[in-house]
Amino acid sequence: MLLQVASNFVEGVDKAFFVIMGIGVFFLVGLTTLMLVFVFKYNKKKHPVALQIKEKTYLEVIWTVIPLIIVGFMFYYGYVAFMPMREAPKDALQITAVGKMWEWNFIYANGKESKKLVVPFNKAVNLKLVSLDVVHSLYIPAYRIKEDVVKGEPDFMWFIPSQKGRFDIFCAEYCGLRHSYMSSEVEVIDEAKFNLWLSIIEKKSNKEEFPGFLVLKNNACTGCHSLDGSRLVGPSFKGLYGRDEVVLTNDAERNQKVDDAYIKNSILNPDADVVKGFNKGLMKSYQTVLKEEEIQQIIEYFKTPDEK
Amino acid sequence: MEISAIENSYLKHGTKYKGILGWLTSTDHKRIGLMYMYAIMIFFLVGGLLGGLMRLELFRPGQDYITAQTYNAVFTVHGVIMIFLVVIPGLAAVFGNILMPIMIGARDVAFPKLNLFSFYIYIFGAILAISSQFLGKGAPDTGWTFYAPYSTDTNTNVVAAVLAAFVLGFSSILTGLNFIVTIHRMRAPGMTWFKMPLFPWSLYATAWIQLLATPIVGITLLMIIAERWFKIGFFDPNLGGDPILFQHLFWIYSHPAVYIMILPAMGVITEIIPTFSQKRVFGYKAIVFSSVAIAAVGYLVWGHHMYTAGMSVTARWFFSLLTFIVAVPSAIKVFNWISTMYKGSINLQPPFFFTMAFIFNFMIGGLTGLVLGSLATDIHVHDTAFVVAHFHYIIFGGMGFAFLAAIHYWFPKIYGRMYNNKLANTSCALIFGGFTLLYFPQFIIGLQGMPRRYFDYLPKYEWGQVFSFFGAIVLGIGILIMLINLFKSARKGKIASSNPWGGKTLEWTIASPPTVENFEEIPIITEGPYEYK
Ligand code: HEM
Ligand SMILES: [Cu+2]
Ligand SMILES: [Cu+2]
Repeated sequence: MLLQVASNFVEGVDKAFFVIMGIGVFFLVGLTTLMLVFVFKYNKKKHPVALQIKEKTYLEVIWTVIPLIIVGFMFYYGYVAFMPMREAPKDALQITAVGKMWEWNFIYANGKESKKLVVPFNKAVNLKLVSLDVVHSLYIPAYRIKEDVVKGEPDFMWFIPSQKGRFDIFCAEYCGLRHSYMSSEVEVIDEAKFNLWLSIIEKKSNKEEFPGFLVLKNNACTGCHSLDGSRLVGPSFKGLYGRDEVVLTNDAERNQKVDDAYIKNSILNPDADVVKGFNKGLMKSYQTVLKEEEIQQIIEYFKTPDEK
Repeated sequence: MEISAIENSYLKHGTKYKGILGWLTSTDHKRIGLMYMYAIMIFFLVGGLLGGLMRLELFRPGQDYITAQTYNAVFTVHGVIMIFLVVIPGLAAVFGNILMPIMIGARDVAFPKLNLFSFYIYIFGAILAISSQFLGKGAPDTGWTFYAPYSTDTNTNVVAAVLAAFVLGFSSILTGLNFIVTIHRMRAPGMTWFKMPLFPWSLYATAWIQLLATPIVGITLLMIIAERWFKIGFFDPNLGGDPILFQHLFWIYSHPAVYIMILPAMGVITEIIPTFSQKRVFGYKAIVFSSVAIAAVGYLVWGHHMYTAGMSVTARWFFSLLTFIVAVPSAIKVFNWISTMYKGSINLQPPFFFTMAFIFNFMIGGLTGLVLGSLATDIHVHDTAFVVAHFHYIIFGGMGFAFLAAIHYWFPKIYGRMYNNKLANTSCALIFGGFTLLYFPQFIIGLQGMPRRYFDYLPKYEWGQVFSFFGAIVLGIGILIMLINLFKSARKGKIASSNPWGGKTLEWTIASPPTVENFEEIPIITEGPYEYK
């Protein structure tokens, strides 16, 4: 098989696919052959005079009615495989899938959060889809399911994993710069193992309890600025406060120590001083988005040293 | 004597001005059509090169030549250029302008000045679209679909691009209006509706879509601008708007727009097959009715672009059902084309080869469209490379090949000269082969789950991207050979007779190239358009 078979929906979807493509290939091959036969047989050299044939109404009726019946069939197969996707069992395990630029976050009923979607084998799972910003789309090819994740319009998708292992999760709806990196994984494990995994809630570090940290998360700042020092679209936040940066101001290089004023200005006028090695025009001004108070909270968060 | 046909033609005589100014101020439908053609060819080449750049970047996973931001800007301009500047005006503005008046026995369109004005609106829109790349804060990166709230939120120069699409819409509306009035009022005496050739018929159906659907996208685009400038919340949930509303409004236009591209293409094919088979078209009325049916039902299926966007279940299956129904008239046309060849006397010339390639590509595009119309399967392949392959098969494999067929068919009429047949056939083979190699693998990696608009991808999809890259190169070589052949022949080719293919429609009864007035005397029509004996 081309693709992994890993959920309860695969069979129906693949069947609809084979029915439609089967009929499709039959017509494609049949009509192409017919066309080629005509082109050879009625070639000008062999068949110098065209025969004007009368139109045959019965033919036209046949080739209107038969395709109508065939597409009726195709519709039916797609319909029956689709309908169950919109009827989640009541006792399904509820997980909230949060999409934001450009990462997925899965939140379980007991408050556990995870970047990976860990689910128990052979149990129905119902994902509540929530977006914090633009439209995303949660796509699991091995499960044949996908549903858009839209801010303000909560939606759901559900499935029963029928295979243990790990399967790709992609974002399928274009959502900006790092759209193609907005991926994750489903990990399907035994129920017992799952319950154990679920019960371990890593204590959030003190720093993550800061209001400023929440502001960063909710405004998707961390989509572009990593917290662990890795390079994304913008400079990492790790060890930011007090760092010496080389910035370009009006194309002139200069040194800048990161302090309160610099942070605030970088939030309100991102293109005024651009850290060397990064691009202008990618970050928008948060003038109308963040309140003064929130900016102060962010600065407070940056000022706090990392624990350990 | 034949040389004098060129000397006496619209190519040499126009307005009171000489040279380039004589073209730029001409209200002659043939000159306007040719100007559209040159403009569209330039945009097509620019768009094609951008496509090639994306293919190059995708050749290997990871970042190689351009950054993610540049890639996103590139697929946005590529889409905007190809859709709004190339395929939507495409056949109607070029061959509709050059040939439709002649085919219905008229001297010009109903409003020649408006026609020239539409051309300038088009150029103005094009300039706006291109300048959006350079002015303001960075090239737009929303994709040609401008989905909200990303489009109302991103920092880049979206307003200029949106405004360009808005302006181009006006050009489209005015051309549609002009054609509708022309076809209603200016058919030659005796040419009843059902004696009209099928290319004008397809333009007529198209013109109604242009007139009725384009205003919707116009308003929608203005709503984006209002939202960006004045923070009026139409689509952005942060302002109390509804992002899905944008998608509805966008596709209410953009699905019918697909038919703006493909209906005239079907019309071209329906002209070429009878001529090269020397046979009356099979099922004239069925073809007319299926064009009108496609135009009408095509309005009601936009939701098939939104199966995953959280619509109610009832809406989803209803849109699916309608989508399947609208597929039938397209199938009927294919049956009619192939049966027109039956017992014909087929003359295998370049336009006919392009036509055969069209039929084959169009069948693949249509049949994979059924996979997308079906609910369960679309959920899986929506927004993947499968969709990219599907719409390139319809737009490029269909509309694009029909355009090439049309150039090769009407070339002797337009320029009064012939191109080199061998080169034309070679370029047709290369373009077809390159196209197939470029897009067919995308169906498969799409089925394997490769999402679209991806700057980077997992290694398991690499094989398909590699094939596609080489396909793009072959395709490019084919296009280059074709252009060289056509450009050289337009100036130096052998002189063509007025009816080199033995066509029956009115354009073949007048000189090649036509005079400014087209007809010395307006013909009186007594029989149908394809009365081969
Ligand atoms: C020169 C050959 C061409 C190449 C190499 C090419 C390549 C591409 C590529 C790589 C994409 C991006 C796929 C993605 O979304 O991930 C794309 C998108 C697209 N292409 Fe082409 N293309 C070509 C010709 C055309 C033509 C002739 C048309 C229309 C007549 C066209 C219309 C489009 C459209 C509408 C999109 C979608 C843009 C979007 O997703 O916003 N392309 N093409
Ligand atoms: Cu995305
Ligand atoms: Cu559509």
